[in-house]
Amino acid sequence: MEYYKDNQIPDQNGRYGDYGGQFVPETLMAALSELTQAFEAIVNDRNFSEQLNSLLKDYVGRPSPMYYARNLSQALGGEIYIKREDLNHTGAHKINNAVGQVLLAKKLGKNRIIAETGAGQHGVATATVCAQMGLECVVYMGEEDIKRQAPNVYRMRELGTKIVSVTSGTRTLKDAINEAIRDWVTNVQNTHYLIGSAVGPHPYPKIVREFQAVIGKESREQILEKLGKLPDYVVACVGGGSNAIGIFSGFLSDLTVQLIGVEAAGEGLNQKHAATMARGKPGVLHGSMSYLLQDEFGQVLEAHSISAGLDYPGVGPEHSYLKDTERAKYVSATDEEALSGFKLLSKLEGIIPALEPAHAIGYMQSWVRKLPKNSVIILLLSGRGDKDLETVSNILNEKI
Amino acid sequence: MRNFLLYHNNIAKSIHNSNKKGRTALIPFITIGFPTIDSTVPIVKKLEENGADVIELGIPFSDPLAEGLTIQRSSQIALENGVNLNKCLEIVKKIRSEGVKTPLVCMGYYNPILAKGINKFCEEAADAGIDGLIVADLPSSEAKLLVTATKKHEISLIPLLALTSNEDSIKLACKFASGFVYCISVLGVTGARKKVNSKVKELVKKVKVYTDIPVAIGFGISKKEHIIEIGKYADAAVFGAALIEFILSNKKNLPEKNAEIFIRNLSKKNDQIGKNYENSWR
Ligand SMILES: Cc1ncc(COP(=O)(O)O)c(C=O)c1O
Repeated sequence: MEYYKDNQIPDQNGRYGDYGGQFVPETLMAALSELTQAFEAIVNDRNFSEQLNSLLKDYVGRPSPMYYARNLSQALGGEIYIKREDLNHTGAHKINNAVGQVLLAKKLGKNRIIAETGAGQHGVATATVCAQMGLECVVYMGEEDIKRQAPNVYRMRELGTKIVSVTSGTRTLKDAINEAIRDWVTNVQNTHYLIGSAVGPHPYPKIVREFQAVIGKESREQILEKLGKLPDYVVACVGGGSNAIGIFSGFLSDLTVQLIGVEAAGEGLNQKHAATMARGKPGVLHGSMSYLLQDEFGQVLEAHSISAGLDYPGVGPEHSYLKDTERAKYVSATDEEALSGFKLLSKLEGIIPALEPAHAIGYMQSWVRKLPKNSVIILLLSGRGDKDLETVSNILNEKI
Repeated sequence: MRNFLLYHNNIAKSIHNSNKKGRTALIPFITIGFPTIDSTVPIVKKLEENGADVIELGIPFSDPLAEGLTIQRSSQIALENGVNLNKCLEIVKKIRSEGVKTPLVCMGYYNPILAKGINKFCEEAADAGIDGLIVADLPSSEAKLLVTATKKHEISLIPLLALTSNEDSIKLACKFASGFVYCISVLGVTGARKKVNSKVKELVKKVKVYTDIPVAIGFGISKKEHIIEIGKYADAAVFGAALIEFILSNKKNLPEKNAEIFIRNLSKKNDQIGKNYENSWR
């Protein structure tokens, strides 16, 4: 694990061990190297960090609180602290990355932003920042997701973003990314592709980690301030892996802290699911080598999850690396467990979670009981659940 | 030495022979298993009989992110027909067993090849009668493993270069390129366009500094005028989406009949261009 301390991950070819890389059409290679250079330049640029930090503070509302969840702790056991990314402007962690990348795009002189979105949180975050900075914004969203995340579609429209409904393939996040890449290939000269998770070709997984690392940095400081010690566990949900890598990155070199990522087990691991690391094999999708749900012939399989944000057959390359090196552990929670987690947190703490982090809560319901009594757990609440109320009440047949 | 290398390679040789007759070599693309599994063999035969110098066979993939709507759809239809990588190789074998001699180049995406195993794929592809390979999502800088494996099994690895490619990428691609170098004429995905982007001329010029092997132009090529235009500075033209659209739009004809009509039309005037053969190799 020494590897993390000297900052050699990813290497200069964007590799996390065997994972990562740049598997994209040749047309995009120049844009990726331009992006890499611009990114390496801003990492050490005082001006840039000042601009970013001021937006994170005054516009996003950072730092986000770390909340001791007394009732949840009593119900499940352990000492559970919740990192409240749901309290950010626009209601999820996605805006941390959106603010950073829009500033980066401005540096690159690109005035058109495109993005993909699953749950709509990344789309809303991108649309929001583009509105604030006066940039043109186009968001690709699967037809299926447009239906199940309607409130976010309305929000994006109000923010002045053009939404393109994607009707190819599975009509969800995977195909929204395909369409966004096709747009980028076509408009690469004036367009920045603002990827919303820690996926895609190098340098994207690194960029997204860097802009989400603020979650881990704050969490570490906050827990030390509250308890004077590090947590035993950090738990986050994993779709493409941006919220998880954001908080994990703050604790990677603290080897006593166990990092746990919760994937979506959908209807169950032997049915339809989105548990990429539990059931996938290494392969190449959307520009990088990583675990991937695929058939024996290398065709990508359709994922399934109740939550649009986790409904993706791939995962960021760094998570694949963390899994293989056993620095992090990946588990899963079913749709049903997520619904139960959703209800639990709402009832006990008065916090309605998004269905994505509800998977982490669902997993904790059975898991925390098995831990030593005073175990300290940080649960990353990546977003709030307003967008999911309709889905949940439809499924549970609750009439308004 | 140069001629030895060229003549040693089926693909380059076929393009060269066409150029010698004053023609721009024609490289039609068709997705394997489209519109039905049984149509590929007769389509390929008709393409060979009517002027194809090299034939590109598309291996369908679930996420073809370099393709426009037409080839996406053909890929989707082929997958629904039950095509997979093994089936593709089977069909190639069948094409060869029915006497097709034209060089065959497979174009696909990296993951199906990885899933089979890079070496195993190259071995089986060579055995089936494949001469060359193009991988749409594998830029030169990630191609090391495939360069080694294709060399070992004597398959030409054909690099794609783009209008945005910088000097280093061009150099690297030309170093391992075999068969031909494929220059993408548009910023964008595959699909028929109204005009050939004149900027590709500059790219071809740069490529010709680093290699003697033929240069083909593709993406967007849809009609005779395009082939004539391309013939002024490059050696071969690749066209796929326009052919597939033609097959889809004339449902009264069998797919192979449509393929025949389409390539004949492109081929007909092509030999009147008076292509300057000497110039094309500088
Ligand atoms: C609230 C929330 N959490 C998590 C995710 C999953 O993405 P990631 O794994 O990149 O954090 C999403 C994606 O839309 C989301 O909206």
